Amino acid sequence: MAKTHVTMTVNGEPAEGLVEPRTLLIHFIRENLSLTGAHIGCETSHCGACTVDLDGRSVKSCSMFAVQAQGAQITTIEGMAHADGTLHALQEGFRMMHGLQCGFCTPGMIMRAHRLLQENKTPTEDEIRFGIAGNLCRCTGYQNIVKAIQYAADKLNGVPHKEAAE
Amino acid sequence: MIPAPFTYHRPKSLAEATGLLVDLKDEARVVAGGQSLIPIMKLRLAAPDHLIDLAAIAELKGIARGATSITIGAMTTQAELINSSVLAESVPILRETALQIADPQVRYQGTLGGNVANGDPGNDMPAIMMCLDASYRLVGRAGARTVKARDFYLGTYVTALNAGEILTAIDIPVPPAGHGFAYAKLKRKIGDYATAAAGVVLTVSGGKIQTCAIALSNLADTAVAADAAAKAVIGTALDRTALSAAAQAARGVMAPAADARGTVEYRTDVGGTMVKRALQAAFARAKG
Ligand SMILES: Cc1cc2nc3c(=O)[nH]c(=O)nc-3n(C[C@H](O)[C@H](O)[C@H](O)COP(=O)(O)OP(=O)(O)OC[C@H]3O[C@@H](n4cnc5c(N)ncnc54)[C@H](O)[C@@H]3O)c2cc1C
Ligand code: FES
Ligand code: FES
Repeated sequence: MAKTHVTMTVNGEPAEGLVEPRTLLIHFIRENLSLTGAHIGCETSHCGACTVDLDGRSVKSCSMFAVQAQGAQITTIEGMAHADGTLHALQEGFRMMHGLQCGFCTPGMIMRAHRLLQENKTPTEDEIRFGIAGNLCRCTGYQNIVKAIQYAADKLNGVPHKEAAE
Repeated sequence: MIPAPFTYHRPKSLAEATGLLVDLKDEARVVAGGQSLIPIMKLRLAAPDHLIDLAAIAELKGIARGATSITIGAMTTQAELINSSVLAESVPILRETALQIADPQVRYQGTLGGNVANGDPGNDMPAIMMCLDASYRLVGRAGARTVKARDFYLGTYVTALNAGEILTAIDIPVPPAGHGFAYAKLKRKIGDYATAAAGVVLTVSGGKIQTCAIALSNLADTAVAADAAAKAVIGTALDRTALSAAAQAARGVMAPAADARGTVEYRTDVGGTMVKRALQAAFARAKG
C-alpha cells in the first residue's frame, strides 16, 4: 500500500513521517515519533488513555488516522512540562493530590484536563467530572483526580489551594 | 485493531467529493468525524477501498439562521452545536441532546451529519430531527434533493441516501418562541447509547397543549416518530390520564432489540417512562 507523507507540529516541534493511510494517530505518535506518553488502553474509543490535544480539541488518537492530522498542532503529555523541566500545574496537582496510582490513565487525564481548563478556568466539581467523563481510571475512584484538577485550576488562577488529598 | 488498507482522499470541494464517489462507486465511503466509522473499520466490519474525508470542504460547515429556519452544515460537530448561542436561543433541544451524546472527546470530532446519516437506531439526533420536522439536503453528481427526517430512515443502517450522495446540510424550521422541549435518555453510563430515549417538542396555549411531536431513539430498528402518543396529549393539560395514554401509545411503536441494555419488556417499559418524563419536562418549560 502506497505511503503518504504527513507533517504536523508536535509539542512545538515539526514532526513528519511516511505512513499508510490506515495508520492510527496513536501508532504514529508512539512508533514513528517515539513519544510513548499517550497510552493505548482499550483501542476501542472508550478509555481516553490515548487522548492528545489537537488544534484546540481533546481527541482520542486511537480513533483518528494519522493522515487526518496532516498539518495539525498536537500536544502530548511530553509537551506539558516547562522548558526548564519544572512540572506543569496539572502534573504538579496529580503529584500533590495523589491523582494517580498505576499511572496508566494519567497522560490522557492530564491532556483532557488541560483542554477543560482552557475552556473553563474555574470548573465546579460536577463540571470536572462531566468534562473528564471520556477518561476511565481503574485505580483511583476519581476523587483525587478531581482534586488534582482543582489544585491545578487554583494554581493557574493564582489562588491558594487548601484541600488535602484523601 | 488495524483497519484493512484503503486509499485516502481529502477533497476540497463538494463537487470534487461527489465526483470521487461516482468514479469509485461502492468501494468508497465518506468519513466525517469518524467516531462511528473508524471503530467499525478497526473491527473490519467495514473495509472500504477508498475513504473520502469531508473535513476540508468548507461549504459543509457552519450554522446559519434564516427568517423561519436554521441551516446547519453536515460537518458541524456536536461540540459546535453545544457552543452555539444561536442554537441555544432558537432550538435549545439540540444542545440538550448533544450534551447527552458520548463524551467530550467524541463530541469534538463527531458531526451532526454523521450522526443523522449513520442510520444506527442508537444515534440520538435522528429522533430530534423528526421532532423538529427537519429536512436533509442530499447532493450527488446528478443534482440536489431534499428528504424529510421522517422519511429518511428505512431500516438499521439503511437510509434514503443513494450511492454517490452526500448529506450536505440540515434545515430545521425554527420552533415558536416559548415552545417546550426535552430529550429524556436512559443510559447505563456516560458514553453509552440509549437503553431508551424520547424527544418531545410542544407548544402550549391557555395551559393546554396545542402542538406536539414525539420521537424515540434505540427503541426500534430506526428512530421512530410516536404520532399517536403526541395526539393523545394534544388539547390536554397533561393530566395523568393523558400522560399514561401517551406512554401506552408510544409503547405500541416500540420494537427494541434484547441486548446487554435489557430485555424487550424492560426497554419497552422504560421507553414509556422516558416519554412521560420528556413530556413533563417539555410541558413545564413551555410558556403559554
Ligand atoms: C465511545 C463512543 C460513544 C458514543 N456514544 C454515542 C451516543 O451516546 N449517541 C450517539 O448518537 N452517538 C454516539 N456515538 C457515535 C458518535 O456520535 C458519532 O460521532 C456519530 O454516530 C457519527 O458521526 P461522525 O461524524 O463521527 O461520522 P462518521 O463516523 O465519520 O460516519 C458515520 C457514517 O455516516 C456516513 N456519513 C458521515 N457523514 C456523512 C455525510 N455528510 N453524508 C453522507 N454520509 C455521511 C459515513 O460514511 C459513515 O457510514 C458514540 C461514539 C463513541 C466512539
Ligand atoms: S485507547 Fe483510545 S480510547 Fe482507549
Ligand atoms: S491510576 Fe491506574 S488507571 Fe488511573
